[in-house]
Amino acid sequence: MSANLSAFAYLIASILFILALRGLSSPTTARQGNLFGIIGMVIAIATTLANPEVIAYSWIIGGVLLGGTAGTVIALRIQMTALPQLVAAFHSLVGLAAVWVAAAAFYAPEAYGIGTSGNIPAASLIEMSVGTAIGAITFTGSIIAFGKLQALISGKPLVFPGQHFVNLALGILLVALIVWLVRGQADVTFWAIVLVSLVLGVLIIVPIGGADMPVVISMLNSYSGWAACGIGFTLANSALVITGALVGSSGAILSYIMCKGMNRSFFSVILGGFGGVTAGAAADLGDRTVKSGSAADAAFIMENAASVIIVPGYGMAVAQAQHALKEMADALQGRGVKVRYAIHPVAGRMPGHMNVLLAEARVPYDDVLELEEINRDFSSTDVAFVIGANDVTNPAAKTDTSSPIYGMPVLDVENARTVLFVKRSLASGYAGVDNPLFYRDNTMMLFGDAKAMCEDIIKALE
Amino acid sequence: MAINSIIDKLGGLATQAATDSERFVEGVNRLAENAESLAKQADTLAAQAAAMSAQAAPAAASHGGFVFFFTVFVLAVFVGYYVVWNVTPALHSPLMSVTNAISSVIIVGALIAAGPAGISLSKVFGFIAVTLASVNIFGGFIVTQRMLHMFKKKK
Repeated sequence: MSANLSAFAYLIASILFILALRGLSSPTTARQGNLFGIIGMVIAIATTLANPEVIAYSWIIGGVLLGGTAGTVIALRIQMTALPQLVAAFHSLVGLAAVWVAAAAFYAPEAYGIGTSGNIPAASLIEMSVGTAIGAITFTGSIIAFGKLQALISGKPLVFPGQHFVNLALGILLVALIVWLVRGQADVTFWAIVLVSLVLGVLIIVPIGGADMPVVISMLNSYSGWAACGIGFTLANSALVITGALVGSSGAILSYIMCKGMNRSFFSVILGGFGGVTAGAAADLGDRTVKSGSAADAAFIMENAASVIIVPGYGMAVAQAQHALKEMADALQGRGVKVRYAIHPVAGRMPGHMNVLLAEARVPYDDVLELEEINRDFSSTDVAFVIGANDVTNPAAKTDTSSPIYGMPVLDVENARTVLFVKRSLASGYAGVDNPLFYRDNTMMLFGDAKAMCEDIIKALE
Repeated sequence: MAINSIIDKLGGLATQAATDSERFVEGVNRLAENAESLAKQADTLAAQAAAMSAQAAPAAASHGGFVFFFTVFVLAVFVGYYVVWNVTPALHSPLMSVTNAISSVIIVGALIAAGPAGISLSKVFGFIAVTLASVNIFGGFIVTQRMLHMFKKKK
């Protein structure tokens, strides 16, 4: 295949990737978009295989079979609640693949048309190093994020004195190593870059707490894109550059949306240390009596309501309560109650996590509304049913300037006539902030496991 | 006497003419030699110029290449920016998994490394990268498809 023809084919693949993202603007076009993405990938791979450099197929077929089988099995078996971990794991693989491609280009530059071994142009070496460094950071960073999400390591932020100084020093060392690589072109320097970046990836993610995981995951998504971009520059491949830029900007936008959802600056998230310590300065809430009720009470209140808004959070995902919740909503709808769902941007552990879980439970997406769409409706709603969410409903974010979550956009559940709050105990949320909502007159706490509570309510309704 | 002197003069003239013509031929020869050496010099110059331009060519190409790809990069960032802001928040999870799948297009770099005949270090690296990227391509697209299949409209 001539160079022009393959460049043309890569362009088509890139356009198909853009259409894949474009399709996600609505659930009705999204599946078609995914198909475009798959076709784009097939075109990109077929074009590369037609390259005159590629003559031996056995290793390629072996690798694709091996990786493809593993990917297929994992993707088919994964529980939707474990989606954030899966995405983190996949990010790590992109990062690692970028490192190996860069290594291959470093050891056999002739195959990529970037000079000869030991005589690679400086520009290519810099592009290669940047791709390698970002790839390696993405790899270990995603592994740490995976460990935190899978609860293999503590979700608490790990901070130690001089942390930022160490990161800065490693960053400077990385730049120095890249300069060194350009001047000496030694193998050792290349692997030193990889090593320093791997360490940096760990250090960047360990101080970030569990509550900030939606930002971390989006950020790593972005990094994996930039890594692909760096490699694209090295290989002078437009499809890689375009796709990397798309993915990079997508992750960056998601990070921004998540930060805005928590009223935190991106910089403070990166610096980390949030979500570990319990805030001491909880406002004095008087006698702090809590009204608690049973499943039967909740069933009675909701049955007699005209409208109910359900506010799900990560606790619902942990308890796998989405199916029981849907059943409960169906039972209420059968009694003529209007049921809708309100989703906070940072509910769950990754962007859009709650929407997927509700979709899995066959909740129609027209009943699931975003914060801005539904927040005004709470005042005209009889019951707000909060299940597994906490910080995103905390009214202190609106009133208490001393609260760590002050300024964060929250769902105004307290405006509903009655708030039913399903929770295992009075413990504070991930942000470590007490929720004054528990002590309000119109709040009834429903203590228990989210799934068991929904099932009990269904029984009481029957 | 007169005839003799005339003949002598003629002879002298003739020898002079002969030497003149010899000198002329010599001059022409010298000129030719000069021209030849000039031509040789021109040749070497041309060769040098060619060598220099040959040296300069890859540098120019890679420089122009960087600017070209940087242009593509910046435009793609803009396209990404506008397309992603249009993605409905309900589909942010599928967005992450599909971007994950498409960023595995990095496999094109891995295929080139794993493609040559024989065994080399870079081929081993390429094989590893092909395997890793394949996990992502298959896993990413399938899990996205699974998610999207769940999003149903109200009946």
